[in-house]
Amino acid sequence: MGQLLIGLINGAFYAMLSLGLAVIFGLLNIINFAHGAQYMLGAFVAYFALQWAGLGYWGSLLLAPIAVGLFGIVLERAMLKRLYHLDHLYGLLLTFGIALIVQGVFRHEYGSSGLPYGIPSQLSGGYNLGFMFLPTYRAWVIVFSLAVCLATWYVIERTRLGSYLRAATENPALVQAFGINVPRMITLTYGFGVALAALAGVLAAPIYQVNPLMGADLIIVVFAVVVIGGLGSIMGSIVTGFALGVVEGFTKFFYPEASNTVIFVSMAVVLLFRPSGLFGRVT
Amino acid sequence: MSTPVHQLVAFGVMVAVLVLAPFFVYPVFLMKALCFALFACAFNLLIGYVGLLSFGHAVFLGGAGYGSAHAAKVWGFSPEAAILFGTLVAAALGVVIGALTIRSRGIYFANITLAFAQMVYFFAVQAKFTGGEDGIQSVPRGVFLGVLDLRRPLTMYFVVLAIFLLGFLIVYRAIHSPFGQVLKAIRENEPRATSLGYRAEHYKLIAFALSATLSGLAGATKAIVFQLASLTDVHWTMSGEVVLMTLLGGLGTVFGPVVGAFIMIGLENYLATLGAWVTIVQGVIFVVCVLIFRRGVVGELGRLLRRPL
Repeated sequence: MGQLLIGLINGAFYAMLSLGLAVIFGLLNIINFAHGAQYMLGAFVAYFALQWAGLGYWGSLLLAPIAVGLFGIVLERAMLKRLYHLDHLYGLLLTFGIALIVQGVFRHEYGSSGLPYGIPSQLSGGYNLGFMFLPTYRAWVIVFSLAVCLATWYVIERTRLGSYLRAATENPALVQAFGINVPRMITLTYGFGVALAALAGVLAAPIYQVNPLMGADLIIVVFAVVVIGGLGSIMGSIVTGFALGVVEGFTKFFYPEASNTVIFVSMAVVLLFRPSGLFGRVT
Repeated sequence: MSTPVHQLVAFGVMVAVLVLAPFFVYPVFLMKALCFALFACAFNLLIGYVGLLSFGHAVFLGGAGYGSAHAAKVWGFSPEAAILFGTLVAAALGVVIGALTIRSRGIYFANITLAFAQMVYFFAVQAKFTGGEDGIQSVPRGVFLGVLDLRRPLTMYFVVLAIFLLGFLIVYRAIHSPFGQVLKAIRENEPRATSLGYRAEHYKLIAFALSATLSGLAGATKAIVFQLASLTDVHWTMSGEVVLMTLLGGLGTVFGPVVGAFIMIGLENYLATLGAWVTIVQGVIFVVCVLIFRRGVVGELGRLLRRPL
C-alpha cells in the first residue's frame, strides 16, 4: 500500500507535467523541452519567496505559476514565435537550449545538492489508516493535482474558451478568419502550460527538496508518459500519468530492478500495438 | 556521379590538416574530437539526409563503447576485434530500435528515440557488466592488427584517423549514391517517393541502422582510446551534444559535422574548469543556432562560396 501511495504521488507529477506538455503540443505543435527546467523554476520561486520575502507555501502556490508563466510568455513572444514557419523540430531544439541555459545557471549558483523546503504547518502530520500511515501533505498533493487536472480538462473540453482552443488546434487559419486573436491565444496557452509545470514544482518542493536538476531526468520520463497517452490528448495524459505512477510504484515493490525501466518498456509495447498512443488519434 | 572538384579540394585540405595536426596539438584532444566528428557525421546522415531527428543516438555511441571495452578487457580481444564487436553491438541495437521507431515521424520520432535511449541508459546503470557508476575502467589498448602498438600516442592517433576517414567516406558514399538520392526524395516528399515504388520505410530503416553502426564505430574506438566506457556516453545529454555539433557545423553538409565536433570539443576543453558554464554555453549556442544561424558554420561558408560543402 505504501508503494501504491508513492506511485500515486509520482503519478500526480507525471499527470500535471504531461498535461502541460499536451496543452502546449496541441496548439503549438512543439514539444516543450524546457518543461523540466520550468518545473524546477517553480520550486525555486517558492524557495526565493520564502527566503527573501517571507512569503510562505500558500502564497507561492499562486505566485510561482504566475511568475514562471510570465517567463514562458516572454519566451514565446521573443523566440518561439519566430520558428512557427519552420519545421517543428526547431522548436524542440530551441527549448532544449533554453533548458540547458536555465539549468546551467542554477547549477552554477546553487550546486547540485538540494535545498530544503518545509511542509506548511497546516499540512504537517498525517492520518493513521490502520493498514498504513498517510502523511497529510502527500494526500494533499494527490487531491490538489487531481483537481487541477480535472479543472483543466473541463475548461478545454466543456467551455467556450476551450472550444476556441480546440478549433484553433484543428485549423488556426479558419479560426483567425472568424476574428479570434490566434497568436495571443497561442502565447497564453504556452504561458498556461508553463504555469502548470511551475505549480507542479511548488507542490514537489517539500517532498523532493529544491534542486537545480530536479526536472532534468523527470522530464524524459514524462515524455514517455506523453507518448503512451498519445501526444496532445488531454484526458490521455492525465489518466496515463496517474496510471503509470501506480504501475511504477507496484514494480518497485514486486521487482525493484525494473522500476526505472517499466515506463519505457510500457511505451515500447504500446507503440507496437498502437503507434499513436492509447488515447491518441490516428494521424 | 563524379565528385565535384571543390569537395575534393575540401577533403584534401581536411586530410592534410588532420595528418599534420598531432605534431602541433595534443593528440588525445584530437582523438576525442575525431571520435565525435565521426559520431556527428553518422548522426548527420539521418537528420541531414533523411530529415529524422533522433534524440537517442547516445545509445549507439555508449552501447558500442561498452561492447568494445568489455570485449577487450574481459574477453581479451585484440583492439580491432573489440572495435568490430562494439560496432556490431551498435548495429544490432540500431536494427531493433530502428524497427520499433521508424514508422513515427518528426517530433514523435525524436521523443520515442529519446525514451528508448533512456531505457538503455537505466539498463546500463543496473547491469553487472557495465560497472554502473564506475563504468569499465583501464581497458587495454593492445596492438592493432598485430603490428601497431597503440600505447604510443601517435600510432593510436593515426589508427583513429584511419577509422574516422573510413567512416567519413562511407557516409559520403552513401549520401552520393542512388540510395542517398532516394533518401533525399523521401525527406522532401515521402508519399511521392512511395508512389514511385520506393519502400520508404525500408530505406529509412537502412539509413537508421547505418547511422547507428557508424555511431557505434565512433563509440567503440573512443572506448579503446580513452580506455574507458562510462555512463556519460549513454546519457541523453550526449544525444543532445551530437545534435548541437551537427547543427553548429551545418545540417546536411558533408563537412559540417566535423567542424562542429571540433569546435564543441575545443570549447569544452577550454571551459572544462568552469563546471556548469559548459552547459550554459551549449545552451546559448543552441538558441543562437536555431534563431539566426540555422545553416551552421559550413552551411554559411558554402553559401558564401556558392558551392555546397
